[in-house]
Amino acid sequence: MMRTVTYIMAGAAAMLGAVAFAQPIDLPVGDVPVELSDAESEVVVNTCSACHSLDYITTQPRGKGAQFWRDSVNKMITVYSAPISPEDADAISAVLAKKFG
Amino acid sequence: MTLIQRRSFLAGAAASLAPLPAAAQGTIELPFANGTRPLVQLPGKRPMIGLTARPPQLETPFEVFDEGVLTPNDAFFVRYHLSQLPTSIDPASYRLSVQGHVERMLSLSLEELKRDFPVQEIVAVNQCSGNSRGFFEPRVGGGQLGHGAMGNARWTGVPLRAVLDRAGLRAGAVQVAFKGLDKAPLKAIPDYEKALDIDNARDGEVMLAFAMNGEDLPFLNGYPLRLIVPGYYGTYWIKHLSEITVLDAAFEGYWVKSAYRIPDNECACVAPGGKPDSTRSIGRFNIRSFITSHADGAKVKAGPIELRGIAFNGGEGIARVQVSPDGGASWQEARLGEDLGRYSFRQWSLALPLAVGRHAVKVRAYSPDGTTQPLEPLWQPAGYMRNVVETVTLEAA
Repeated sequence: MMRTVTYIMAGAAAMLGAVAFAQPIDLPVGDVPVELSDAESEVVVNTCSACHSLDYITTQPRGKGAQFWRDSVNKMITVYSAPISPEDADAISAVLAKKFG
Repeated sequence: MTLIQRRSFLAGAAASLAPLPAAAQGTIELPFANGTRPLVQLPGKRPMIGLTARPPQLETPFEVFDEGVLTPNDAFFVRYHLSQLPTSIDPASYRLSVQGHVERMLSLSLEELKRDFPVQEIVAVNQCSGNSRGFFEPRVGGGQLGHGAMGNARWTGVPLRAVLDRAGLRAGAVQVAFKGLDKAPLKAIPDYEKALDIDNARDGEVMLAFAMNGEDLPFLNGYPLRLIVPGYYGTYWIKHLSEITVLDAAFEGYWVKSAYRIPDNECACVAPGGKPDSTRSIGRFNIRSFITSHADGAKVKAGPIELRGIAFNGGEGIARVQVSPDGGASWQEARLGEDLGRYSFRQWSLALPLAVGRHAVKVRAYSPDGTTQPLEPLWQPAGYMRNVVETVTLEAA
């Protein structure tokens, strides 16, 4: 999120040029979906939303099973280098499997 | 997780509770399970089907495809991979760099691009690899899109070949890699970068577009410059294009070597639920066609119905479009509309007499070599390249 702020500041500086799109556009960060608004989902909200909005999770098909969510979390760690501790990875996978499995 | 990382994650969570700048304008139901989507309006866009907020992903409401053969800029789909996209770009200070295995490195301003190179136009479809993924059965993970992650536009820009010629390719150049200004939220995440083989890059059709349907590119479609790869899936159409790197060896980056892979066989398919033995990079579009004049379940007056739609493929051109009024038992030739080039949507129309009752109306297109669409959907694990013959059920009364 810090980097987002930096971009917006840079945008404000560039605005002095006053040409097309030198002014920053306003983009959504995404809200917390109802399904992830309870206490046990805190680890999901805090971790996953660092990089993407949570609709990435809630729009996935239901009923894919616990392994689908474990694989998704593992992909975030191994492919996208998300700094998630093994304990948090377990907790996130369990919550997602329970809610959306 | 270190304390600093934890803190930045918490900051992210707090920010996510901030009010949405996007005006939510109700919801729309895509016709598959868990298909409720918000209608959202982002900069430069009319209300569109929101898939994700950050990074933003929007699909085109399907009725737009019946408005005309070109998809309006403010309704053209939006797809990003990484969440740190720029929120402002100053066209005066923007530069495109050309580097790597070249005689001369270039740093080109927008003005130089428009002034010092030949400008050309092409009408071409851009389609997301995962367009229609939500219809896969069994369902697969990924962006759960309806049919709205495609669009057709008249692109204006300069041929990539002319820019590469200016830089001068050194002997042994085999591929060209492309990167834009959209970045990853974490340093360790590979930047979104794709590559084309040198022959494709120099074919004179691949171009660097600064205008779309006669106007500057919308910000969310890659302002001020994007790569246009006619006939190829949108994964190659790099937005906010900033770096072109000529390579003397095949590109090994994540987004080519590990992502956007399809089964390496003729149908690019496996048995539903199966896994491919080997994979290759996704390439050209397969052939598709749609009915745009009537939605599934539409009620019509019995008698002659004027049906319209679109068809396209990866550049072979559309030779014929056929419509079945009876669930595929018989087929009639549709009339093709104006030919805007082999990479464009081709409109079709047909007056079809429908008696009182329910009718499963199907459409299929043919390439000149006889290639057509499958009557049953093909399946692959990533949910790319859906092109089954589409069916619209009409209730005539």
